[in-house]
Amino acid sequence: MPASRSDFYAVEDLLSVEERAVRDTVRRFVDDEFLPLVRQHFTDATFPTELTPRIAELGCFGPTVPTEYGGAGLNSVAYGVMTQELERGDSGLRSFASVQSSLVMYPILTFGSEAQKRHWLPRMARGEAIGCFGLTEPDFGSNPGGMITRAKRVDGGFVLNGTKRWITNGSIADCAVVWAKLREDESDPKSEVIRGFIVEKERAGFSRPLMHGKWSLRASITSELILEDCFIPEENLMPGTGGLKSPLMCLTQARYGIAWGAIGAAIACYESALDYAKSRVVFARPIGGYQLVQAKLVDMLSEITKAQLLCWRLGRLKDAGEMRPEQVSLAKMNNVSQALRIARVARDILGANGITDDYPIIRHMLNLETVNTYEGTEDVHRLTLGRDITGLNAFE
Amino acid sequence: MKILVPIKRVPDPQTNISVKGDGTGIVTDNVKFVINPFCEIALEEALRIKEQQGGAEVVLVSIGQKVAQEQLRTGLAMGADRAILVLSDDELDAATTAALLAKLVDQEKPELVLAGKQAIDDDANQTGQILASMLDWPQATFASKVEFSGDKKDVTVTREVDGGLETVAFTLPGVITTDLRLNEPRYASLPGIMKARKKELKEIPLAELGVDAKPRVKTHKVSPPPKRAAGRKVETVQELVNLLHTEAKLI
Ligand SMILES: Cc1cc2nc3c(=O)[nH]c(=O)nc-3n(C[C@H](O)[C@H](O)[C@H](O)COP(=O)(O)OP(=O)(O)OC[C@H]3O[C@@H](n4cnc5c(N)ncnc54)[C@H](O)[C@@H]3O)c2cc1C
Repeated sequence: MPASRSDFYAVEDLLSVEERAVRDTVRRFVDDEFLPLVRQHFTDATFPTELTPRIAELGCFGPTVPTEYGGAGLNSVAYGVMTQELERGDSGLRSFASVQSSLVMYPILTFGSEAQKRHWLPRMARGEAIGCFGLTEPDFGSNPGGMITRAKRVDGGFVLNGTKRWITNGSIADCAVVWAKLREDESDPKSEVIRGFIVEKERAGFSRPLMHGKWSLRASITSELILEDCFIPEENLMPGTGGLKSPLMCLTQARYGIAWGAIGAAIACYESALDYAKSRVVFARPIGGYQLVQAKLVDMLSEITKAQLLCWRLGRLKDAGEMRPEQVSLAKMNNVSQALRIARVARDILGANGITDDYPIIRHMLNLETVNTYEGTEDVHRLTLGRDITGLNAFE
Repeated sequence: MKILVPIKRVPDPQTNISVKGDGTGIVTDNVKFVINPFCEIALEEALRIKEQQGGAEVVLVSIGQKVAQEQLRTGLAMGADRAILVLSDDELDAATTAALLAKLVDQEKPELVLAGKQAIDDDANQTGQILASMLDWPQATFASKVEFSGDKKDVTVTREVDGGLETVAFTLPGVITTDLRLNEPRYASLPGIMKARKKELKEIPLAELGVDAKPRVKTHKVSPPPKRAAGRKVETVQELVNLLHTEAKLI
């Protein structure tokens, strides 16, 4: 029994009662409370932080975290339908929840000490603490292993130096998960390992200037993190981190949510274009009655349907503990690039109206340019998959 | 305090309803079902009473097909403590529904039944009233405000009546039915949804309650509202005023 016209293969029926309930709750929140605000925030390049307590109350921060740390204990499919519904609202909203859940709460849960988990996770679930994830640097995006940011062991802790750029939530975060290289043995350059550190916003030598001039993901805060001889105590090192693999594990979690989220953005564009095509009369009839327009709409629905089934299967694999990161790469690469294509075609169907913010399409289209780039660009995932199937590394 | 909240599974008021070709009912394929909005308001009020008073128990009841489990689970996710589903495949009239609820009141012994004033599918607006008379309990319908006395034995209810408000009071037990403006129901939260999985949902076959469920009211025909005729464009304001006067007879 499809719940909407964008569920052509009744993927709904493959969901459990709880998974459907999660979708319905988030859908209602987005429709009633988020969509009325997003246009203004997108225009002003602000995030509606006034909604943070509501998002927390609904349980959208770290929903898969176990209940003993304040999470809801949701499975991955339920998490996926949540990100899908959030991104049907706006990629900025989904990013806000993704960063907090997959890039901050996940590493603290996975790599953090018991004290770090007890301190941060319940606060983050309640929305009382917001986190950000600092991996990318001005000169190291697709190749984060080359990062320049360094941690140096000193008496009682570490001193951090370096600059992170393009950091979602940076300026509004209470703490940052910062990735930096640390020499286990100061005299031996080969002992250098990437480690994760929790840096509270109050730390001396830590500043978080807001980045300006984005024409994508405007309803989301993007910042630089500048660390200048920033001292943090020993207990802020996440003990379980070790090597590039640690941040990459976080990215796998976030990319999983993005693969679902892209479906939400695509559905918003498709439904808007479908409604428009059925009512806009040009020449003899509604444009939806012309073969060229129908072909476009059919193509959109086909891609949405494929993406839904891809994610559903990926989610079931993840919950069974059988998901491989390369499978996430395929879903992220495919779903986001298809969503971006759908948004562009939907924009075209609306003609001039398609470029205005009277419709959600241009906003999604602009957002999806970011989504196609961050968390591994479309081509970087292509290379990951190419390496996986050929056994030959084309990165370098 | 124990509060019994009956909830009905109805088509989502947001969806477009179409009538079956033979006029025996509505098409239910591809229709999303939800908790009747008035029942949801009743549940919200019950949850607020529970939160204010502490120690209250909120028990949900639905009568219908097994699929109504989904609405009961939603109610449990909103915060109700447990649920009962009386299984019946047949359409039941208000009197039968009330008789079944009266049986459950005998079993559960709640101090309060909080129900929606009507279900948005058949708009009968009868179940609460019939139930109160069967139980010989006081009733307050169309509630827009519910307040308890300090000792929680008495309740004062503000009712929305034509052209104004009426305030009534009674000593528990009793029946209250809710109007639209009583409150704004919460959404089920994600943790609530997960907690609901572990809450009790008891199914009782209708036959076990020993109530004569033979319908006293039969639906003869369901027909859609007449199609609205297309509008007309007028050239001048004067013409519009004239037509409002002569044709529409509005002024
Ligand atoms: C709005 C926004 C929010 C972000 N939020 C965060 C955040 O919260 N935390 C964080 O750490 N980062 C964040 N990022 C950064 C993001 O992850 C990076 O932008 C992304 O990894 C790409 O890096 P880059 O921009 O340096 O591009 P580059 O790595 O310079 O890539 C440029 C182009 O080169 C291509 N390319 C790269 N390598 C190869 C190759 N070997 N072969 C062929 N083509 C190649 C890429 O596909 C791309 O098209 C965010 C970015 C944006 C835009």
